[in-house]
Amino acid sequence: MTPNRIVVGAHYGWRDWLVQRATAVLMALYTLLLLGLLLWFGGLDYAAWKGAFGNEAFRVATFVFMVALFWHAWVGVRNILMDYVKPVPVRLTLQVLVISALVGYAGWTIQVLWGVR
Amino acid sequence: MAAVDRPVIKPRPVYLNLFAIRMPLPAVVSILHRASGALLFAVGIPLLLCTVQRALVSPEAWAQMRVALDMPFAKIVAVVLAWAFIHHLLAGIRHLLMDAHVGVELAGARRSAALTMVLAILLTLAIAVRLW
Repeated sequence: MTPNRIVVGAHYGWRDWLVQRATAVLMALYTLLLLGLLLWFGGLDYAAWKGAFGNEAFRVATFVFMVALFWHAWVGVRNILMDYVKPVPVRLTLQVLVISALVGYAGWTIQVLWGVR
Repeated sequence: MAAVDRPVIKPRPVYLNLFAIRMPLPAVVSILHRASGALLFAVGIPLLLCTVQRALVSPEAWAQMRVALDMPFAKIVAVVLAWAFIHHLLAGIRHLLMDAHVGVELAGARRSAALTMVLAILLTLAIAVRLW
């Protein structure tokens, strides 16, 4: 036992581990909410669909889900890239592309949820 | 043997021919967890945003989406993505249970892996039946 050992590293491993689980639980809860709404309304037509997205609380919940999704996707895709793409320039390029896509998706999400219509 | 005499680099066998390695079921669930996640990222997210945006435009656009989803190709894409989502969700729940030390012993891990595979396929089949 070496209780005073020096721990090196960037320390983001445990944080990503926790983020992946916290975002997963958030997304699972939102999925349950969607299933519950579907069962409650007994299906989905345009009026119910439009009505749901007209509700501010539903929009906020959806936005939280989407942000959790993008963060979760980043942790997962980065892990995949770190495992399979060994040349550093290629990996960094792909990582930047993934981040750009996810930030773009976040903007797109805001546009869909709160955009002019 | 003195410490300095020890070889620094031990030659270790590297054997990573994925087609020759017999993967146990938990390994299959694990690699499918990864593959389904990649699919949901690459295809699922942009398609989800497109669909939701288009379907909110007008009742006519909504009706068009319904017609589009009736095409066989669209149904196949929907079923594959449904499987990816369900498998990823179930494998994730299995992961969280294992984090809580539930089912970490070999027999339990094999059982939950089989359950994840079977449940994901059955639920996907149920969706496919509803779509067709």
